Amino acid sequence: MTKPSAQALRAEALESLLTEKGLLSSAQVDEVIATYSEKVGPMNGARLVARAWLEPAFRQQLLADATSIVNDYGFEGGQCEKLVVVENTPEVHNVVVCTLCSCYPWAVLGLPPKWYKEPAYRSRIVREPRQVLNEMGLELTDDVQIRVWDSSAEIRYMVLPMRPADTEVLSQAELETLVTRDSMIGVAQPVGVKG
Amino acid sequence: MDGIHDLGGKDGYGPVDRTGDDDVFQARWEAVVFSMLAAGPATGAWRNSDRFRHAIERVDPEAYLAHGYYGRWLGGIETLLVEAGIFTQEEITERAVALGADPGDRIAARPRPYPDPLGEAPQDRSSRRALESAPGFVVGDSVITVSQSVPGHTRLPAYARGKRGVITASHDGWVLPDSNAHGRGEQPQPLYTVCFDSETLWGAAGFTVSLDLFESYLQSAEEVS
Repeated sequence: MTKPSAQALRAEALESLLTEKGLLSSAQVDEVIATYSEKVGPMNGARLVARAWLEPAFRQQLLADATSIVNDYGFEGGQCEKLVVVENTPEVHNVVVCTLCSCYPWAVLGLPPKWYKEPAYRSRIVREPRQVLNEMGLELTDDVQIRVWDSSAEIRYMVLPMRPADTEVLSQAELETLVTRDSMIGVAQPVGVKG
Repeated sequence: MDGIHDLGGKDGYGPVDRTGDDDVFQARWEAVVFSMLAAGPATGAWRNSDRFRHAIERVDPEAYLAHGYYGRWLGGIETLLVEAGIFTQEEITERAVALGADPGDRIAARPRPYPDPLGEAPQDRSSRRALESAPGFVVGDSVITVSQSVPGHTRLPAYARGKRGVITASHDGWVLPDSNAHGRGEQPQPLYTVCFDSETLWGAAGFTVSLDLFESYLQSAEEVS
């Protein structure tokens, strides 16, 4: 077994001190893990996207005022005091970042993946987005305009990806399985969309 | 502040590494650190997320890069707990060494001897605030961002300083992080989405970058030109 990292050991030290003061418990930690693994995650955002693909009126509402929709659905997790949903089209591709920390719409996408919080993505996506997306497996043709959203205040962003072709027969639940976390950050297309 | 956290546009960090892509937490200690968020309001060591974010910006810059996201959080939390007098760094180190840490391990936290006033606890969890007067800009206005860096917390990234952009959305009033992080009150301001052309930011065509910026970060482009 490898030795725990310095930060892991220091976290354990602070954990034990906080626990002695009654400020932290392992039950709290278990609850955090359960909440962000089971209840709060990209499955919530996928519900909104799949419904927007099926219902034009809901799509309009989602693009106009996503915050009320998140509140109506009662998604937990926070960080969506104001949510703005931006729509991908054949001409425009949106991608989300937070260069200053790692702001992310927890209530609809869960906690961010590791790469979203690390310097490579945060430094480069605002400067060479086409190159970074390409490296991440998303090739966009030169005529597609890229819009990068750097979450510098309390507004949070989610991408409404394009609906894959030939999915007219699919149900809402089936469509949800095509909507990946990465497609709602804007670093990938949903399953079934080329590019 | 011109800290290590202000990463937009910096060179040298290489390709995006997708290791651990599907893990909500990479290890239990990360969830432990996440759970420590509750200790802020409970101890009064910090009372708002602006102060918490600024504490993360103040950690040791090498640890900021080397210790990962929750390592940074841990550094910020330790900084604030020590500044508030809840623990000393010595007792945390002593406990860590007892658990197997090396006494020479790099420590992310950098508590200062004379911290800012803590400020009032927010009246509610929301950061939106009613404004007493109408916003100074409207959608379609051309603006130029301030060009000077500020010593404390701010949410104008360095790469967008002194740049011309266009307001594309107006978001009413929000608590000003620059003030709130330092215990100097909420001082709500109008917040706008400002869209910058990549040509303006980087001299390279082909995309736009939009940021959400407070009114005091902006001046009218007409007045400047």
